[in-house]
Amino acid sequence: MPGIGHSIRVSGLVQGVGLRPFVWRLASRLGLKGSVLNDGSDVLIEVFGSEANLKQFSSLLLEDLPPLARIDAVSVSAKTCNPPAGFTIAASVDGSAPTGVVPDAATCPQCLKEIFDPANRRFGYPFTNCTHCGPRLSILRQIPYDRPSTSMAVFDMCRRCRTEYEDPDDRRFHAQPNACPDCGPRLWFEDLKGNRDGQDVFAKVARRLKQGDIVAIKGLGGFQIACDAGNSEAIKRLRLRKNRPRKPFALMARDIAQVRQYCRVSESEEYMLAGPEAPIVLLEKEGASLPNEIAFEQPRLGMMLPNTPLHHLLMTQLDVPIVLTSGNLSNNPQEISNHGATQRLGALVDGFLMHDREIVNRVDDSVLQWEKRGPVVIRRARGLAPSPIRLPDSFANAPKVLAMGGELKAAFCLLNGRNAVLSQHIGDLENAATFKDYRKALRLYLELYQFKPDIIAVDQHPQYRSTEFGRELADELGAELVKVQHHHAHLCAVLAECQAATEQCRPAYGIILDGLGWGLDGTVWGGEILQGDFASFQRLGHLQAVPMPGGASASVEPWRNLQAHLRNCFGVSWREVLADPVSVDLFSSRRSALLDTMMEKGVNAPVSTSAGRLFDAVAAALDLCVDRQSFEGEAAMLLEAAAAPYVPDEAGYKVFLEQKALLEIGMKPLWEQLLQDKRNLVADGRIAARFHLGLIDALESGLAAVSGSTPGHVVLSGGVFQNRILREGLRDRLEQAGWTLLFSKQAPCNDGGLALGQAVAAAVTRAH
Amino acid sequence: MTHGGGGKATSDLIETLFYKHLSNPVLDQGHDAAVFDAPPGRLVMSTDAHVISPLFFPGGDIGSLSVHGTLNDIAMAGAKPLSLTASFILEEGFPLADLERIVISMAEAAQAAGVPVVSGDTKVVEKGKGDGVFITTTGIGVVSEAVEISPRAAVPGQAVLVSGPIGNHGVAILSKRENLEFETEIVSDSAALHTMVTDMVKAVPGIAVLRDPTRGGLATALNEIAHASAVGIELFEEDLPVDPDVEAACEILGLDPLYVANEGKLICICNAGDAETLLGIMHAHPSGRQAAVIGTVIGDPDHMVVMQTAFGGSRVVDWLSGEQLPRIC
Ligand SMILES: [Fe+3]
Ligand SMILES: [Mg+2]
Ligand SMILES: [Zn+2]
Ligand SMILES: [Zn+2]
Repeated sequence: MPGIGHSIRVSGLVQGVGLRPFVWRLASRLGLKGSVLNDGSDVLIEVFGSEANLKQFSSLLLEDLPPLARIDAVSVSAKTCNPPAGFTIAASVDGSAPTGVVPDAATCPQCLKEIFDPANRRFGYPFTNCTHCGPRLSILRQIPYDRPSTSMAVFDMCRRCRTEYEDPDDRRFHAQPNACPDCGPRLWFEDLKGNRDGQDVFAKVARRLKQGDIVAIKGLGGFQIACDAGNSEAIKRLRLRKNRPRKPFALMARDIAQVRQYCRVSESEEYMLAGPEAPIVLLEKEGASLPNEIAFEQPRLGMMLPNTPLHHLLMTQLDVPIVLTSGNLSNNPQEISNHGATQRLGALVDGFLMHDREIVNRVDDSVLQWEKRGPVVIRRARGLAPSPIRLPDSFANAPKVLAMGGELKAAFCLLNGRNAVLSQHIGDLENAATFKDYRKALRLYLELYQFKPDIIAVDQHPQYRSTEFGRELADELGAELVKVQHHHAHLCAVLAECQAATEQCRPAYGIILDGLGWGLDGTVWGGEILQGDFASFQRLGHLQAVPMPGGASASVEPWRNLQAHLRNCFGVSWREVLADPVSVDLFSSRRSALLDTMMEKGVNAPVSTSAGRLFDAVAAALDLCVDRQSFEGEAAMLLEAAAAPYVPDEAGYKVFLEQKALLEIGMKPLWEQLLQDKRNLVADGRIAARFHLGLIDALESGLAAVSGSTPGHVVLSGGVFQNRILREGLRDRLEQAGWTLLFSKQAPCNDGGLALGQAVAAAVTRAH
Repeated sequence: MTHGGGGKATSDLIETLFYKHLSNPVLDQGHDAAVFDAPPGRLVMSTDAHVISPLFFPGGDIGSLSVHGTLNDIAMAGAKPLSLTASFILEEGFPLADLERIVISMAEAAQAAGVPVVSGDTKVVEKGKGDGVFITTTGIGVVSEAVEISPRAAVPGQAVLVSGPIGNHGVAILSKRENLEFETEIVSDSAALHTMVTDMVKAVPGIAVLRDPTRGGLATALNEIAHASAVGIELFEEDLPVDPDVEAACEILGLDPLYVANEGKLICICNAGDAETLLGIMHAHPSGRQAAVIGTVIGDPDHMVVMQTAFGGSRVVDWLSGEQLPRIC
């Protein structure tokens, strides 16, 4: 019986994820004939059989997908030729379209079972992986994604591994990093003198950690530094050695049960922690407590679960979580080579847990948090990148865009039709090693995706290093350079993920709050109410503009912003108005007098509507963080933490909207009330709460004013929206008022998502 | 100028003033063109327009600056300056007393440098069409056959030297112009460097690069060299000389001394083996007492200037167009 035939084309994350063997097993089980093969970036399936079996095949194909596969589109057409004798996995067709890269994935349950099974040949083997898990992006040198293109090339598979690799019925069929204790990478402990010891490594490292030592661990995408999270002395020592006085550390726990000893974990949070991405998840502290030195004054801890067999095998030896921070010095990127680690981390650690599988691409840990409506990505890296973000239909024929991103938290983006590949978080480009890394990663992606951009999109800031590099690349590649305004990019990054919103054909509103971005009028923006779509935008309102005396220094020293705000509100005699509610010492210094002159004369005092600097100013007024932030966002985080307990019972400061050329959210009433509260000795946390709530009121009424009270779609984006009080408070309020809220789900709302917005904006602007 | 719309009276006054203070045998010939014997060897010529506000500042004025600026440009070719010309554009109504002060200062600077001003010119523009006074100076000098100094000559492995603390001039100008009162008054480093350069070149004719890091500061000059020579440059923050006063002023102003102008400093790039010799020579000169090795030339396809910071970090010292703008989001 010839039966009927179907030709099924499947696109999405379908290659290098075990989809073909899965199809083969499924087809064989259902007695179907035909073939499956990689065709360009798609998988092409031809199946012949009875109608019922074909139907069953189609539904099981979508239901039982291998864990790392993601199907974005399926197209089916009838096939009339005679069926072949059986079902085969055919050789790949070398299409012109690139196959792309799959993110690294945490150890799957089957592999996990094997490494803890004394009877299994991979018992205790730290480099166990299969088609459903293991390293991908981090070991990839070039395309196509097969073993010789990865850092596994130097390991010859033994006979048994090769058999697994070649057997379509095996979980390790074409698992490129497949390895076992006989043929794969090896692990050792290395002391500071360079002595290596490969015996009982995990027990030894565990013993070291328990006795308070600091150990460098070669993780999946880079070196990490670990110490006992229960040992505050060790943590203090680590902070001192790493020159990282206050920035919170992330923790790794053995399993969910151990996480639950210290944190509240909802079902969704558990799902995130235990997924193949295995990110750091920010969780509310609850239960037993760990030393305050881990995350000073923060109500939450960043927790992750083991993401490789190596981490699993180490963590089972420990009863307490470990601090696990990136293995780097100062602002340098995480070390990835054994040599770099011994050279530069030697002064930080007491020993190294190392191995001989090379890390090709640095991939940091991803950071997520869960909110009522879903996950919020704070840092998009291991496990998430470079999984493509699916764009709305209208992008099917868009020009190819390479978007360069921002300056801090840099990541770039390749837009190709409906797929936007946002790179892993790379970091702050002021750091030379990071900037080199960024350039290297960008060239690698161009190669991996065989990507030749029509357009290179850059930020409008005249001095972002990414903009300068974009200009060079545009020359080199003969692409057109398109500048995208910073906050327009933040708006578009969110719209890019929203098919529904873009179909409305009506520009969305956007409340974009961040540190700063270059504005169209040559001033510095950062507290904006916009309306726009991919093609264009309008600025409708903003926070009152305030000088940033000292330019970039104002982003680091909160007191400068406090003085600027007070002077801006109360004029040149602002010191008299002050009447001693905030630190007199601070403002009686020569430095402070100089700051006044700088603002008066306009010496390096660019005016800015920055929301970030407003938070800094308020944090300084409350003595939470005055002189200097030891890391970006410290002042704002402390302000949020102080406010949190008081938010439910407080009401916001009254706000003042003024319709000038644009709507302006005035700051004077806020500061008057705040100073009055200080005089009345109101608790700082209460003041912080009133400030947050006042800002929410201001933004809500500001939006109402500019929109003429006809609610539509509104985007909330920009780094300041990592603040949960603001984000959730404003969301609830706007939803009650009938607005449809749009947030980033896959890209970070901070500058880590900027490139996505630049890419879609540039694509549409030029397509017109 | 009290003498209003140009005319004979003004020009007489000015002529008198210039001849009086700048007098030397060649100038005194009174020709429109200076005539003098050509020295043997290769000639070096440079011209520089000087526009500055304020005209008078701690450590100098536009007069001395216009002499130093051109002398230094000549010296940065490893040459010995021989003579200068000067052209003045005066705004109508500019006080004669100020002009005289400037000319005297210029004369003193030329005298101290041992380089005469041999020809000059003056034009007066309508009020509002100038900014007090602009001075363009041109210099001519001679350089030995053995010297091949060029911004394209840096090669990996060479040492990068700077002749002293950076940023003084820019901060001095800014604080005078904007009335910023610091702990102590910051003085411009404006100075002529050619005698020091003569000694340096004599001891080490193979110096690769000399450059005065004026506008745009050390960062800009080093980036220009890195691009011209197709190399990278690595600096060490700890070795960078900066006066504590200047550092404190830059800190509060939010400026990076690397980008602040100098008028009496030079960058020297030479073979590593010659660095000590050159340091010794520089230390013997008033303008080079705090000379230091601040970095090395490295191979780098990206031609980046990178600063290794005190805590083991590394910072891209990039090429800025215009003033430093805040970038942190
Ligand atoms: Fe931003
Ligand atoms: Mg010149
Ligand atoms: Zn697995
Ligand atoms: Zn094997």
